[in-house]
Amino acid sequence: MSTGYIENTAGKGAVRYAHKRARRGRPVPQHDSTGRRPGWLSYGLLVVVVGLSIFPLYAAAMYGSSTSQEIARAVGDLPTWFPTLVLLENFREVVTASQFNFWMAFANSVLVAVAVTASTVFFSTLAGFSFAKLTFRGRQVLYVTVIATMAIPAQVGTIPMFIMMNDFGWIDSLAALTVPTLVTAFGVFWMTQYLQEALPFELVEAARVDGASMFRTFWSIAMPAARPAAATLALFTFVGSWNSFFWPSVVMRSQLTMPLVVPQLKGAFTSDTGLVMSGVFLVAAPLLVVFVVAGKQLVAGVMAGAVKG
Amino acid sequence: MSTRSAVPPDARRVGWGQRFSRWDIKVSPYLYVSPFFLLFAVFGAFPLLFNVVVAVHDWHRRAGMGDFVGLDNFTWVLRQPLFWRSLENTFSIFLWGAVPQLVLALLIAAVLDQNLRVRTFWRMSVLVPFVVMPVATAMIFGQVFGQFGLLVPHLQDLGLLTGSDSPFFQDRLLSHMAIGSMVVFRWTGYNALIFLAAMQAVPRELYEASTVDGAGRLRQFFSVTLPSIRPTMIFVTLTMTIGGLQIFDEVRLYDGGGTGGGKGGADNQWTTVVLYLYELGFGDWQDRLGQAAAVGWIFALIIVVFSLVNFLLTRSISSSRSRGPRVTRAQHRAAVARARAVAAGSAGPLAAGLPPAPADAPAVDADLQEGANR
Repeated sequence: MSTGYIENTAGKGAVRYAHKRARRGRPVPQHDSTGRRPGWLSYGLLVVVVGLSIFPLYAAAMYGSSTSQEIARAVGDLPTWFPTLVLLENFREVVTASQFNFWMAFANSVLVAVAVTASTVFFSTLAGFSFAKLTFRGRQVLYVTVIATMAIPAQVGTIPMFIMMNDFGWIDSLAALTVPTLVTAFGVFWMTQYLQEALPFELVEAARVDGASMFRTFWSIAMPAARPAAATLALFTFVGSWNSFFWPSVVMRSQLTMPLVVPQLKGAFTSDTGLVMSGVFLVAAPLLVVFVVAGKQLVAGVMAGAVKG
Repeated sequence: MSTRSAVPPDARRVGWGQRFSRWDIKVSPYLYVSPFFLLFAVFGAFPLLFNVVVAVHDWHRRAGMGDFVGLDNFTWVLRQPLFWRSLENTFSIFLWGAVPQLVLALLIAAVLDQNLRVRTFWRMSVLVPFVVMPVATAMIFGQVFGQFGLLVPHLQDLGLLTGSDSPFFQDRLLSHMAIGSMVVFRWTGYNALIFLAAMQAVPRELYEASTVDGAGRLRQFFSVTLPSIRPTMIFVTLTMTIGGLQIFDEVRLYDGGGTGGGKGGADNQWTTVVLYLYELGFGDWQDRLGQAAAVGWIFALIIVVFSLVNFLLTRSISSSRSRGPRVTRAQHRAAVARARAVAAGSAGPLAAGLPPAPADAPAVDADLQEGANR
C-alpha cells in the first residue's frame, strides 16, 4: 500500500527508487507519517477483533462437534474447544436428511450463483464499456438513470414481483432467482467507473482503425482491461447471491437454496443443537473457501469501491 | 450507373462492410446498455408502477385481483398496532446496530491505518464476517444468547438476570441489542476497510503539519482524520441506513425459524417492518397482498425521508466537528511549509527519495480551504 501512495503522489519513478532502496536494505519511505511500528495495544485490539470475527463460525463448528448430552452439560460454555469426529457424523446426517434435499439445495445455489455472476459480469462490462468509452446520444441521461435506480428500496417491488412470478409460472423455479438479477445497476456503475480510468481511448481507437468491429473491440480490448474490476464484481455478486434469503423465501416452495435450508434445520432436528449447528456451519462454509482463495481481492475491492463511491 | 462501372470487382463486399461498420457504430452503444434497461423495465420499473395497482385493490395469492378499495389498504395498515410496533422495532434495532458499528469501524480503521506488520492478514480477517451467511449468523447468535448459551448463565450467576427464559428473547430492548450485535458483527469490518481507504487518501502532509504544531494522536484523529473523511462517512451512513432499515434475515432466524418461529417473538418484540410485510403477504398472518403492497409503499417513503434526514444530520455533525479546532488558512499553509522544511532538512521519511511534490501543493491547500470553510 505504501508504494501505491508513493506512486500517486510522486510518480512511478519514485516507486522504482523506493524498491531500489529496499533492495539495498535502506529504509523505504512509509505511507505512515512517522513510519514507526505501532505498539502492542494496536495488535491486542486487532487480535480481539479477529477473534470476534471468526468466533461465530468457530462456535458453530464446536457445537456441531458435540452430542446433545455434551451440549446439555456445558451450560454457559462451549461444549468443546476442539473439533471432533462427531462433526463429520453430523455432516453426514445433515446431507442425508429426509426432511430436505441438501445436495439439491447445494446444486441450486451453485447453479444460481454461477449463472447470476457470469451474466452480471458480462452484461455489466458490456454496458460499462459503452458508457465509458463510446459516444452516443443520450449517454449522460441513461447513465444517470442507472445510478438513480440504485436508490430505490427493493421492498417496494416485492409484492408485485411475486405476482409477476406467479403469472410467469416461475414460483418454485430457479428462473425466479436468476432472471431478475442477470445484470444490476451496481455492476454497470462499477464497471463504468473502472473502465473510464483503466481503458485509454487510444486503445479503442486503434482497434477501430485496425478494422475491428465494436464487439471485437469490446471482447479483445475492453474485457482484458476490465479484468481486475470484473473479478471483484464477480466476487461481490457471488457472495450476494449465495447468501440471499429474502427473495428466495418469497418465491421458493419445495426447491431450496442453501440459506433456505437453515430454517428447515430446527424443524428437522428439533432437540439436537449439535446437528442444527453442524448444518449451519455446512451451509456457510463454502464461502469461507472462496474467501480463503480470493479474500485479498475482496479487500482490494471494498477499499477501491470506497474511494470511488 | 457510370460510377458503378469504375469501382473494382470486390466493391460489393467493401460496401457491405462499410454499411455494417456504420450501423455498428450507431447501434452498438445502445445495444450494449440495453440488457440492463430491458431487465430494469421488466423487473424494476414495472413492479414499481404495478405496486400502485396492487396497493389499491383487494388482492390474494390464489384469487388474484379483487375489488378496487381505494386507499383502504393504507388506512388499514396505519391502524394496525403491529405495524407501528414493527416500525419502532426496526428503528431501535437499526440504532443498536448502526451506532456501535460506526464507532467501532472508525476505531478499527484508525488502528489499521498504521504501519502494521502482516497488514494484509489483518485486513482480510476483519472482512470474514462479510461472507458469513446472515441466516447462519442469526442461528448462531440465537444459540449464544439463548438460555443455555454463553451469556445468560454467567449473567445469572452474577445476579444480573433471573427467569427461566433468556431475556435476550423475552425482553424487547435486549432482543434489539442482540439483533443489533449481529448487524455490528457483519458490517463493522467492511465499513472499517472503507474508512481505511478514505484515511489513506488523506494527504500525509496534514499529519506532518499537525505533528509539527504539537498535536497528539488523539487530536490528530479528531481534527485531521475525521474532517478529511467526511464524504466517506456520509456515504457509509447512507448505505447503512438504507440497508439497515430493511433488515429481515437476522430477525427471521434469530429464534431459529421453523414452524411457529420466525415471527419476531411471542409478543412481536423484534418484528421488523420487512418481516411484517412478509408475514402479511406470504406468512401465516393472512393472505393480504394488497395491504402488504401498501406497507411497501409506506416503508419506502419512510426510508427515503429518513435517509434524507440522516444525510443532513451527518453533514452537519461532521462539519461542526471540523469547525471546532479551527485554524486559519495562513496557519495551515505555514504549518505545511514548516513540515516540508523539516522533512527536507532532516532526511526524514518524506525526504527519502520523495521531492516535496510541488504539483501536489495546490490540491492540499484547496482541501484545507474547503475543510475550513464548511
